Amino acid sequence: MGQSFLFTFFALSTCLSAIAVVVSQTVVRMAFWLIISLGSTAALFFLAEADFVGAAQLLVYVGGTLVLLVFGVMLTASGPYLKIATAPGETIVAGLLGMLFLFMVYSSVGDVQWVGAEGVSAVKSAGDGGLQPGNTLRPIGLSLFGLRPDKDLDGDGPAAPGYLLPFEIVSVHLLVVLIGAAYLARAKRSRAANQ
Amino acid sequence: MLAAQSIAEFLNSFTWLNGYGYVLATIVHALLLIHVFAISPFAFIWLERKVSGRIQDRLGPTRVGGLFGWLQSLADGIKLIQKEDLCPPAADSMLFRSAPYIVCVSSFAAFMVLPFSHGWVAVAADCGLFILLAILSLEVFGIIMAGYSSGSKWSLFGGMREAAQMVSYEIPLAICALIPVVAAGSLNLGEIGSMQRGWIGNWFLFHDPFTFIAFFVYFVVATASCKRAPFDLAEAESELVGGFHTEYSGMRWSFFFMGEYASMFAVCGVASVLFLGGWNTGIGPIDDALYQARAGGSGSAGEWSAGYLANVLGALVFAAKASFGVFVQVWLRWTLPRLRIDQVMTTCLKYLVPISCFLFLGATAWPLVFRQAFTITTWNSPVGDRVGEGLQEARRAGVVPAAGSQESESGSESESEEVEPASAASVQPVSPMPELPGEASSSVVLSAKDVREVSQ
Repeated sequence: MGQSFLFTFFALSTCLSAIAVVVSQTVVRMAFWLIISLGSTAALFFLAEADFVGAAQLLVYVGGTLVLLVFGVMLTASGPYLKIATAPGETIVAGLLGMLFLFMVYSSVGDVQWVGAEGVSAVKSAGDGGLQPGNTLRPIGLSLFGLRPDKDLDGDGPAAPGYLLPFEIVSVHLLVVLIGAAYLARAKRSRAANQ
Repeated sequence: MLAAQSIAEFLNSFTWLNGYGYVLATIVHALLLIHVFAISPFAFIWLERKVSGRIQDRLGPTRVGGLFGWLQSLADGIKLIQKEDLCPPAADSMLFRSAPYIVCVSSFAAFMVLPFSHGWVAVAADCGLFILLAILSLEVFGIIMAGYSSGSKWSLFGGMREAAQMVSYEIPLAICALIPVVAAGSLNLGEIGSMQRGWIGNWFLFHDPFTFIAFFVYFVVATASCKRAPFDLAEAESELVGGFHTEYSGMRWSFFFMGEYASMFAVCGVASVLFLGGWNTGIGPIDDALYQARAGGSGSAGEWSAGYLANVLGALVFAAKASFGVFVQVWLRWTLPRLRIDQVMTTCLKYLVPISCFLFLGATAWPLVFRQAFTITTWNSPVGDRVGEGLQEARRAGVVPAAGSQESESGSESESEEVEPASAASVQPVSPMPELPGEASSSVVLSAKDVREVSQ
């Protein structure tokens, strides 16, 4: 009962604040509604017992990306409140695209064969063997190394290739991008100093 | 009924509650935490005034409430409630009004995963520290929004400074919080705290030189992340009037400060769990006695209340450690001059980030190079041990070849005859990694079966 109430509450707040993002005109107000929307999505993750994903959602999107967004707006805005006026053509195109996407999501949700509560709990008990609900951290960490007890149900087979290498490649790629950005910013400044 | 492990189980044992026990338990937890959130700023604002007074050779509050003016915060609160709730015409009123709530709610929500004693935590999440850092990082947004939506240049400057400062200080904060996590092998704050029971040498502060330095780096960064002096550039009352809260008055203004003092307590609480032994006293026999008292919780009412008292004592120890951290932050504020914004950024980006990266590298290398450190202390690392046990069993059964010469010299050799080979015959070694010289036992060869053993 409580869970379905909370789900309804957070799902509604996700959707309504997502609409508010589109409707509002000021960039920072959009960011505020986006916080509510993304925060409610994180709450939905917490409800679905995916603590790690929920926390990552909060840390990366709300705490990181949105702060950078507002910071960028504050640094670059010429007036007191930066506004975005949407042209009518853009509204029509975006509305059509949104409707198409909604149709796609609706049709694919309708096609899913839902397993029901028994199936989910069976998969769960086979997968993480009596872990407390929400404690997904250890399975996630092990699957980084390619150990997937939820996939490999009979056990003795070899471990799957892990996600560690792709993860490391992405992180090094980010580092390269950071160094590149720092280099570009630095080069500009020294050229200006020479002139 | 008294022997129930948690409030939720206790409430669910009443059948007439019809499964609403969890709802009630949630309300009880939330009310308890709201009181922590309300009373800790109450105490620390008084402490701030008293300590600042003493440091400046004044008396500080003396009148309200009698001895030491301990009711001063209540008088402040009553004054603030009476003030008019202003919103300047240039402000974006919706954002202006909601910004204090974001600050308040996010620093309150951080207490959700903070353990106050053994098992005394509202949400015992496995990635508790990660959730806590994620929630604390939301507080910045309220302050930036307050600065932006006030429609005042002082507020805008304050908000921009706060954004620049927090975007950079979050990096060393997270890295320094990771260092004891590497030592503990867990992100669960409750587990990290319980691992440090026993003598004071078991605290992660004294685990290795890297955690020792990391504690001080963490404390500096945590001070900055609560925007406390000498890092209070967002307020900077001598240059920016009041920074982000220039335009605020009354209760909305005080919400910022409730959030600030509560998050000071939260970050100091995290410091005490991660580095200072949490709710453990640091005296071996006392800790052991307390843990025994807690373990007897399933027995009679007398044993249950002994365990409860042990937990109360643990919570007091925890609160004392965290409050000492807050006291040091207050002390720093009234001792050090405020830095300039470029100095703040230099401190973070040129010094604290490289230092914390170095410490992190060192902390990961420490157990590999100095394995002896693990044998000196007596904690039981839940992750490492169980993986190790499974491997040891597999090695004893002769399925996984004993790696290197040092392994065969160690004690596992003598036990190898006692284990039947058939019991672990199904364990197949997967992709054995090449051995590092001198690092026999740390080379981990895992199979899917091992993992299932771990997760059970």
